[in-house]
Amino acid sequence: MSTVNYKEIVWNGLWKNNAGIVALLGLCPLLAVSTSVVNGVGLGIATIMVMTCSNAIVSLVRQWVPGEIRIPVYILIIAVLVTVIDLAMNAYVQALYLVLGIFVPLIVVNCNVLGRAEAFASKNPVFPAMVDGFMVGLGLTLILAVLGGMREILGKGTLLSGIDLAFGASAKAWVITVIPDYHGFLLAILPPGAFIGLGLLIAGKNWLDQRQRAKPQPLHVPEASAMTA
Amino acid sequence: MSSGYFRHSVKLALVLAAFALVGTSLLALTYDATKGIIAASEKRAKLALIAQILPPELYDNDIISDAVSLPPQAELGTSEATLTYRALKDGKPSGAVLEAVAPDGYAGKIKMLIAIRANGEISGVRVVSHKETPGLGDYIDIAKSNWIKIFDGTSLEKYPSNEWKVKKDGGRFDSVAGATITPRAMVKAVHKALIYFSANREKIFSLQAKEQAK
Repeated sequence: MSTVNYKEIVWNGLWKNNAGIVALLGLCPLLAVSTSVVNGVGLGIATIMVMTCSNAIVSLVRQWVPGEIRIPVYILIIAVLVTVIDLAMNAYVQALYLVLGIFVPLIVVNCNVLGRAEAFASKNPVFPAMVDGFMVGLGLTLILAVLGGMREILGKGTLLSGIDLAFGASAKAWVITVIPDYHGFLLAILPPGAFIGLGLLIAGKNWLDQRQRAKPQPLHVPEASAMTA
Repeated sequence: MSSGYFRHSVKLALVLAAFALVGTSLLALTYDATKGIIAASEKRAKLALIAQILPPELYDNDIISDAVSLPPQAELGTSEATLTYRALKDGKPSGAVLEAVAPDGYAGKIKMLIAIRANGEISGVRVVSHKETPGLGDYIDIAKSNWIKIFDGTSLEKYPSNEWKVKKDGGRFDSVAGATITPRAMVKAVHKALIYFSANREKIFSLQAKEQAK
């Protein structure tokens, strides 16, 4: 791991190993919170913050952490970090805390954070570890935004509802009514809607990947299949 | 060999203890540094919530600190001690903010704050927490609709007991078709809170003397 391939980190985080629809880690907050775009992106941003910081710290202390106790140490680091961010946000950026605050404690139970600490940050220098944390977080944010959008349109017929909580009352005008006079489709808002939506997203990604693979690339085909196998 | 294991284990324990120590101190430092600011902003948020239901010109006391703890009251639907905030204007009682619970919502308890003027008229009601069905029963939440404002200005004198019901049951209060269980529970709880207040007004405000004497 002497040379770091940033392109691969980005590709892994955003698509190939996407936390939400490939790794399927951290589903508990993902399914619970993705009822609207604003909620989804809120949790996403909070996750990006925590993952970038936790990967940086885990990478910084990696030579002092013996292999046998690395998991408790990582959990300790992540829990301390999340609590510190929670308190600091509450104290210094109250407006942001009112919007993102409820999501921050949820991140402690997000095994993505621990997963990236173990799989990447513990074996790589600080900067690539931060990039990895950021990209995995960003990949999760994209999925949360798309899933939140799907559930919001189907469930409430709007997009961006609740944005006034983030940008003040004037932002209420930004709410897009996609289906006017819509009475709502409760299933999409309730937890089953989250599972169905996520299933559709996973299927969509697999379909796109399969189509990509099926494209005629005669010279590379044996190599590529060997790689994936 | 066994002493090697022992030494290794001690080393691991020490490393873990060191991390725990550093982590705990960081937490303690952050908590200490942010405690005051967070308490101040929580107070501001509470004031803002109370200001929504009790006009600030109605009181000139420090309403957040001037709160008494009420034991659980069947009339308020509460099963644990709740805080009651008392509003004073020029030293005279001008109103109170009660915490009440409607225990029979469609999906469990609905917690609310009810502000009552000294003359027994409701100044405002807000739902603090509920689990009613999203998109159906959640119109009791001010963030979703203005329904809750139908309580503003009502009192025991204005509506006789048998009119404290939703219209569907022959009462005074509107409800959304298909979601009557939620408002039914709310109307009942607000009515009971008013009865409680009118019966215990003296007690609520006399408790305050005790508090101040402390």
